[in-house]
Amino acid sequence: MATPTNIIEELVNREYRYGFVTPVEEEVFPPGLNEDIIRMISAKKNEPEWLLEWRLRAYRHWAKLVEEGAEPRWANVTYPPIDYQAIRYYAAPKRRPRSLDEVDPEIRRTYERLGIPLEEQERLAGVAVDAVFDSVSVATTFRQKLAELGIIFCSFSEAVQEHPELVRRWLGSVVPYTDNFFAALNSAVFSDGSFVYVPKGVRCPMELSTYFRINASQTGQFERTLIIADEGSYVSYLEGCTAPMRDENQLHAAVVELIALDNATIKYSTVQNWYPGDRQGRGGIYNFVTKRGKCLGRNSKISWTQVEVGSAITWKYPSCILIGDNSVGEFYSVAVTNHRQQADTGTKMIHIGKNTRSTIISKGISAGYGQNTYRGMVKILKGATGARNYSQCDSLLLGDKCGAHTFPYIEVHEPTAQLEHEATTSKISEEQLFYCRQRGLSAEDAISMIVNGFCKEVLRELPMEFAVEAQKLLGISLEGSIG
Amino acid sequence: MSQRPLLEIRNLRVRVNGQEILKGITLAVYPGEVHSIMGPNGSGKSTLAQVLAGREVYEIVEGEVLYDGEDLLPMPPEERARRGIFLAFQYPVEIPGVSNLYFLKAAVNTLRKQRGLPELDAMEFLALVREKAKLVELDENLLQRAVNDGFSGGEKKRNEIFQMTLLEPRLAILDETDSGLDIDALRVVAQGINALRHPDRAIVLITHYQRLLNYVTPDVVHVLYDGRIVKSGGKELALELEEKGYGWIAEEIIGSPRS
Repeated sequence: MATPTNIIEELVNREYRYGFVTPVEEEVFPPGLNEDIIRMISAKKNEPEWLLEWRLRAYRHWAKLVEEGAEPRWANVTYPPIDYQAIRYYAAPKRRPRSLDEVDPEIRRTYERLGIPLEEQERLAGVAVDAVFDSVSVATTFRQKLAELGIIFCSFSEAVQEHPELVRRWLGSVVPYTDNFFAALNSAVFSDGSFVYVPKGVRCPMELSTYFRINASQTGQFERTLIIADEGSYVSYLEGCTAPMRDENQLHAAVVELIALDNATIKYSTVQNWYPGDRQGRGGIYNFVTKRGKCLGRNSKISWTQVEVGSAITWKYPSCILIGDNSVGEFYSVAVTNHRQQADTGTKMIHIGKNTRSTIISKGISAGYGQNTYRGMVKILKGATGARNYSQCDSLLLGDKCGAHTFPYIEVHEPTAQLEHEATTSKISEEQLFYCRQRGLSAEDAISMIVNGFCKEVLRELPMEFAVEAQKLLGISLEGSIG
Repeated sequence: MSQRPLLEIRNLRVRVNGQEILKGITLAVYPGEVHSIMGPNGSGKSTLAQVLAGREVYEIVEGEVLYDGEDLLPMPPEERARRGIFLAFQYPVEIPGVSNLYFLKAAVNTLRKQRGLPELDAMEFLALVREKAKLVELDENLLQRAVNDGFSGGEKKRNEIFQMTLLEPRLAILDETDSGLDIDALRVVAQGINALRHPDRAIVLITHYQRLLNYVTPDVVHVLYDGRIVKSGGKELALELEEKGYGWIAEEIIGSPRS
């Protein structure tokens, strides 16, 4: 007879479904990182001189950090030292399409298998997709339709060519290359990513999304996303990520910068499902990402929603700098760690403007031997009168070999500020499972129901199609886990 | 009675943590019957209920259980539930974040699927829920709340009976559903049980006191004592127990009164 422990284990042990490799001819750079590699990347992309200079400054800063041994070690995760000279910093399919119709059929099939159609008339017609395959963007749908409204949605490389003034003005304005070790690395070698500009007063009529796929082996992915919402505009942006199953660990070090001007709103949602490694912890993606939004304008709003189920290690703190008066920052997060996965994730809310408000809802789920850490900072600067924050961090444990940790940092320099912090830790108990099963539900359905109930406040922040996808994903990633 | 029993327990011996709790239970419950199992604390009543529902922490030492002629013990709990066994829990567990309504809809539709009936959509389900909620005088607000989360003791018990009327089991086992209830709640619970009485259905009432039996008349009363059924009789046995206490039984078996 299946014991509850077995059931959780089975649930946790379900296979990763996106682990295939696409047989496509790719152009790859030799492993290793030096100024020549950076010049090659920049030349490949036909970049203007100022951008190459910026990359080189970032590289020199990073090299200095390496020399000083300044790679961050404060996160609650463990991994062997990364050999940055063993990584390839550029890989791209040889055939580069000039239009959607020219996308390599193999790549098209890849995205179909991932459930991301690159045909514009497809089911997900309400969503425009930018597909990033290894180091480059391979297709962007609905560009024409969006352009009619003045919305720019294209790959980062194209933005550099076509809208250099926008890129130059905002690149690094939220996450400077000196920000941290991985941001410096990204700034030096980033190869592509998505670029969005929504003009004044325009409400973007469809969801914009980028689908990141790592395919090549021994390759790092370093994309850069820049979203600018001009005064009074609105945009909802989604990203999804998957990678093949490999024994090696692959590095993903992205940077995302968001800028919201007066009365603008940016909603940024992530469903992260990078390959998490196998049960013993072999392979998987190191997801070391810097995401930050600046609420520059009055009454602006930036809302992060993330569902993190993949990656061997996640190190990520999507944050908001609330500069404009009355601006609002939100962070809704579900992070799942199973098997040997480790996550150290959370947010920073920096209150600078008056009457700024922030909300943090974090749900951590640990199963197997997974270690899940919430790390969050709420900082209220002097002059941020009337600032308010509400934080809620809940942890759910499945089994008795996993761990949940919470590190909230609170720094208040403004006496009129109001902060609330709530935290809970609970466990799916054998009694709960038995109760559900006695009512006829399978253990899998029961766990999925309890987990989804636990995450409800976060999942309802996701756009509809993605909420359904995320719910399924949660069920799958925990399949095989109880105790 | 020419029918075969719906539930037949033969010489069931059960151990938990190395200690034998049930020491050879033999019992037959026929369709249409209401049996009451009474006994002092620690006699094994709840263990029996949990074993029948499929709780996995118990070790079956010996014996067998037939449900509708089939070997029950190898079936996982959800399989038993789908075949019509319902346990009203003595301590219903809380499931935060999962609404009562959502939970019950999933349960009802799982059972309907098993019975070859079409699944109910949200509207049909709501209509059914309203009807049954009225029967057990359940506050409709409780439906929107998370399963048993923050319910009072009485509300939890009422919710169990409510679930029972919704799921329409063939064999309902009620584990001390009457304990801790005030007189109004007791009447409502009894109302729910009586509404469920049916020639095809059997009900096993596990109880400590006979007061529930003032409202629900059992066909058979058993006394469980130290892991064995030591006495069976009609409803008058319950009254006798009420009057004399369980010490009298001990005296009868062991031959001397316990202090």
